[in-house]
Amino acid sequence: MSTRRRRRNPGVAYPDVTGTLRDRTVDALRDPTLADNLRTAGDSWGAGREVMKRDFGFDEMRDRARDIRRSNIRNMPALLAELQSNVRANGGVVVRAADADEACRYITDLARARGARVVAKSKSMATEEINLNEAMEHAGLEVVETDLGEWIIQLANEHPSHIIAPAVHLNRNQVAALFREEAGTDDVPTDREGLVAHARVRLREKFAQAEIGISGVNLGVASTGTVCIVENEGNARLVTSQPRIHVAVMGMERVIADWDEAAHILQVLPMAAISQDAANYVSLITGPRREGETDGPEEFHLVIIDGGRGALRGSEFEEVLSCIRCGACLYSCPMWQNVGGQAYGSPYSGPIGAIITPVLEGPSSPGSRDLPFMSTLCGACGDACPVGIPLPDLLVRARARSSSPAKRKAGLAFRVWSLLWRRGVTYRLTMIGWRLGLRIRGRGGWVHRLPGPGSGWSKVRDMPSKWPPRR
Amino acid sequence: MRTCLSDAIAPKVWKATRRALERAGVDVKVPRGQTCCGQPAWTAGHPDQARAVARHTIKVFAGSDEVVVPSGSCAGMVIHAYPELFAGQPDEEDALDLALRTIEFTQFLAKHDLDPRARACGALTVHDSCHMLRVLDENESPRDALAKVPGCEVREMAHADQCCGFGGVFALNFPELSGRLGEQKAQAAAATGVSEVVSCDLGCLMHIAGRAHRTGIPIRARHISEVLGS
Repeated sequence: MSTRRRRRNPGVAYPDVTGTLRDRTVDALRDPTLADNLRTAGDSWGAGREVMKRDFGFDEMRDRARDIRRSNIRNMPALLAELQSNVRANGGVVVRAADADEACRYITDLARARGARVVAKSKSMATEEINLNEAMEHAGLEVVETDLGEWIIQLANEHPSHIIAPAVHLNRNQVAALFREEAGTDDVPTDREGLVAHARVRLREKFAQAEIGISGVNLGVASTGTVCIVENEGNARLVTSQPRIHVAVMGMERVIADWDEAAHILQVLPMAAISQDAANYVSLITGPRREGETDGPEEFHLVIIDGGRGALRGSEFEEVLSCIRCGACLYSCPMWQNVGGQAYGSPYSGPIGAIITPVLEGPSSPGSRDLPFMSTLCGACGDACPVGIPLPDLLVRARARSSSPAKRKAGLAFRVWSLLWRRGVTYRLTMIGWRLGLRIRGRGGWVHRLPGPGSGWSKVRDMPSKWPPRR
Repeated sequence: MRTCLSDAIAPKVWKATRRALERAGVDVKVPRGQTCCGQPAWTAGHPDQARAVARHTIKVFAGSDEVVVPSGSCAGMVIHAYPELFAGQPDEEDALDLALRTIEFTQFLAKHDLDPRARACGALTVHDSCHMLRVLDENESPRDALAKVPGCEVREMAHADQCCGFGGVFALNFPELSGRLGEQKAQAAAATGVSEVVSCDLGCLMHIAGRAHRTGIPIRARHISEVLGS
């Protein structure tokens, strides 16, 4: 018997997000604590990155990481076939899901067939992308996020604001308030360590009940059929070892050829993500418990999701498949630093999210077609990326194929512009007109209101009608 | 290259650039038919419209040995984006040729070790435009040029490598966020205690000065050519 989902949601962007992208940036800018919380995180990431460069030769490591990932993407079909056959040889089950629906259906059917009631999850962007929690809850399962940040977000009923630090937009007082509400008592500490200790006790109870553990996958090593899971809290280790069944969910692009390559990426990932030269826990899972072994899950299922990725190979967006989801481009981004990830309305926020969300969804998706425009193209993301994805160039390409209303509206203006500015004479005429306009409207060296598309300018700033501008 | 922004709001900037170059002994020609590098349409997602204008620019500068641009952003457009914009086009070679001959103004001064012998100026702060910093990978040439100006003291601002929030069409599509970033930049500049922010890019300056004026932050803006060509 198969589970029917309430509705089909083929997209990546969240369906429950309201308002335009610009509206959401305005709301975020009004939040009195958000920018401070994000800025603290961004600054500390920036300082850490300098240490990584100085003490660990991060820039050189990055070149090799880029080459490895490019080669993985070139060889992806063969590597996936190898991964699949090795996982099966190790006693695991491999499922190739074309889209979110197929992946969710497989997992909910499995839970139903095994009579599971409680599912413990460790952090996974792939499951966020396919909206797995909603599908499982709809199938009557209790889903518990065990990553501290994800649990906080679950309690707050919010979407994550960062790929690896989902609750980075909240400070410890805000977190303490959520914990008090969940525990139904005011007896919750507000210091950092006390909060973590409190969460540990509450979450341990859930681990004991869970029949199924669901994790993401940082890398799938083809040569041995091993999935690698990188974390700092130890909850993923519990999720993948304590429950009877372990389901690992991975985007198909996370495949990597062998251990020589994997060892390098496993080092680069925490360095790029949190400026840590090694992650606290790296779990390497090669199939379920074998005969004679005393622990580990009885069943291991690997769900490999396409979700539009396969079609990107050979396209002008192929390089996004190199992404290892470290979140460095988010921390580096001045836009993200000011409004946070939730404004993007997609599990993937920041520069990488502004590219892959519309690229995976298609250029006319209302939920994501504006995203590539939410960037000054300052290039900080391209510099931050540990695998050399040319993010600013890809943002421009994503703009070229977007059918966003703002772009379409400007389309006519740019056609006229292009006709006028491809000749010196007509160009000079437009300049004479523009400068005349500035002179007429200028008061004390400044124009305070511009008409038409210029209103976006004069909404927040003045336009100098004389140069250098007066004070 | 005069740049369209200089034509639109500050002809003084390209004139100062020419003056600085001539004083340094360079034979300068300013082709009359020039318009724009095409960047506004390129970054707005209209490559065909951008290419038509860029094609005109390629023709206008066909005879020049080196094309000096008083803008890191326009220079970056020609150098970095033209190869992609003209890939597979009949005039691809001409585009690549122009990209090789194009250079930002202060980089040109550094490359040929030129001193425009500017008049003395006081303390100021430098805004690194993002395209200068990350497309052209340059933050030394403007400071080296300013170091030769008598009395000029550069006071660096906090978060100097952060974007000012201009971003071309971004400024129009996301005014509130763009304005917030502009304000942060203007405040960082004012916090150095100087009264003037100098940059190689007029776009950033127009935005920073415009936001500073709207919000009452005490900082003036001047293009680096105006300092070096004074």
